[in-house]
Amino acid sequence: MYDVIIIGGGPAGLTAGLYTSRGRLKTLLIEKGLIGGLVTTTEWVENYPGFEEGVMGAELAQKMQQQATKFGLEIKQAAVERVSVDGKKKTITLDDGSQLEAKALILTTGAHPRTLKIPGEDEFRGKGVSYCATCDGAFFKDNDIAVVGGGDSAVQEAIFLTKFAKTVYVIHRRDKLRAEKILQERALSNPKIKFLWDSVVEKIDGDNSGVTSLLVKNVKTNENTKIDVQGVFIYIGYNPNTEFMSGLANLDKENYLITDENMSTSSPGVYAAGDVRAKQLKQIATAVGDGAIAGVEAEKYIEENY
Amino acid sequence: MSDAVISVTGETFDQVVIQSETLVMVDFWATWCGPCKIVAPVVEELAKEYDGKVVFAKVNTDENPDLASKHGIRGIPTLMFFKGGEVKDQVVGAVPKAQLKSKIDSFLG
Repeated sequence: MYDVIIIGGGPAGLTAGLYTSRGRLKTLLIEKGLIGGLVTTTEWVENYPGFEEGVMGAELAQKMQQQATKFGLEIKQAAVERVSVDGKKKTITLDDGSQLEAKALILTTGAHPRTLKIPGEDEFRGKGVSYCATCDGAFFKDNDIAVVGGGDSAVQEAIFLTKFAKTVYVIHRRDKLRAEKILQERALSNPKIKFLWDSVVEKIDGDNSGVTSLLVKNVKTNENTKIDVQGVFIYIGYNPNTEFMSGLANLDKENYLITDENMSTSSPGVYAAGDVRAKQLKQIATAVGDGAIAGVEAEKYIEENY
Repeated sequence: MSDAVISVTGETFDQVVIQSETLVMVDFWATWCGPCKIVAPVVEELAKEYDGKVVFAKVNTDENPDLASKHGIRGIPTLMFFKGGEVKDQVVGAVPKAQLKSKIDSFLG
């Protein structure tokens, strides 16, 4: 039996693992994809303290992993199918059917990009429709492309994409951006970025070669415009990865895990940290804070209950 | 050679992929692509499991931009299935191993 099992290997999970491992608790972190989580899909991180020149997302993730494993954190690559709590015992069932037990559980499964749910989106996924500018941007050299959204991710990736693309249209349903002011300033002054305000994408069109155009509707005038682009990058927010957690702990109406300020969920000995938790600001800086608290609280819980 | 996912370039693509008599799965990837790092070990495992039945190849899209654009690659990782020199199917993004296996099995009949 493990003392602590952490599900999800992003900044929250790696920080929780750093704290519990330093607390000499036998800790396993389970990650189904890539260590670092969403951080690895960001090319450049500029707002994480300690890196005054900025740091590559993938490099930051790797450093966090090395720091945690140095103190004994064990990492396993697997997908979790089910989590059940029976009294004090927490049982995790993996997709290969095997089971693991722990005294305390920390859920740091994060969130995944939301889809537009419009015609053409699934059909042209990987053929011009993308949710990862860092992964796919380079294939759009000298093309015209669009970014959908107005938050930090949308604006930051739009700026990144100007490295490759001829024109980047930012399509946003409102008449102003939600992104950090410094990102807004950079985007608004970038000659390659054109803004389509009060606009939503209705349909993605294409042919054998991939995406060729978007049908964009102005929500104020109801006017439709066709814009010719070869790619569309979608950054309209996230949904939490809580599919396997039904009945485990209380979720809010958007399915984020509800915690108190100590990261405790409604289930004793089960903690949540990072983007999967219902909270306002979802950043690397807040995820590591959550992770540290969850790690220390899990340690306290084990001391008091075992 | 059982341990290899064959690294192909513009020069060897025709010989390894197009002229192959068996099914070929080609992994289009690049060093800077996170999800590619998830897929690569899965492809390695599949190469061992289907040794002799399926050819597994990989194309570095940075070093072979012509191959990438010729095949309309707009995102990586892209896993492309070739049979008789023609593209039969493709999968974009990091997908579970079981899904790839069932696709391969359906081609092998």
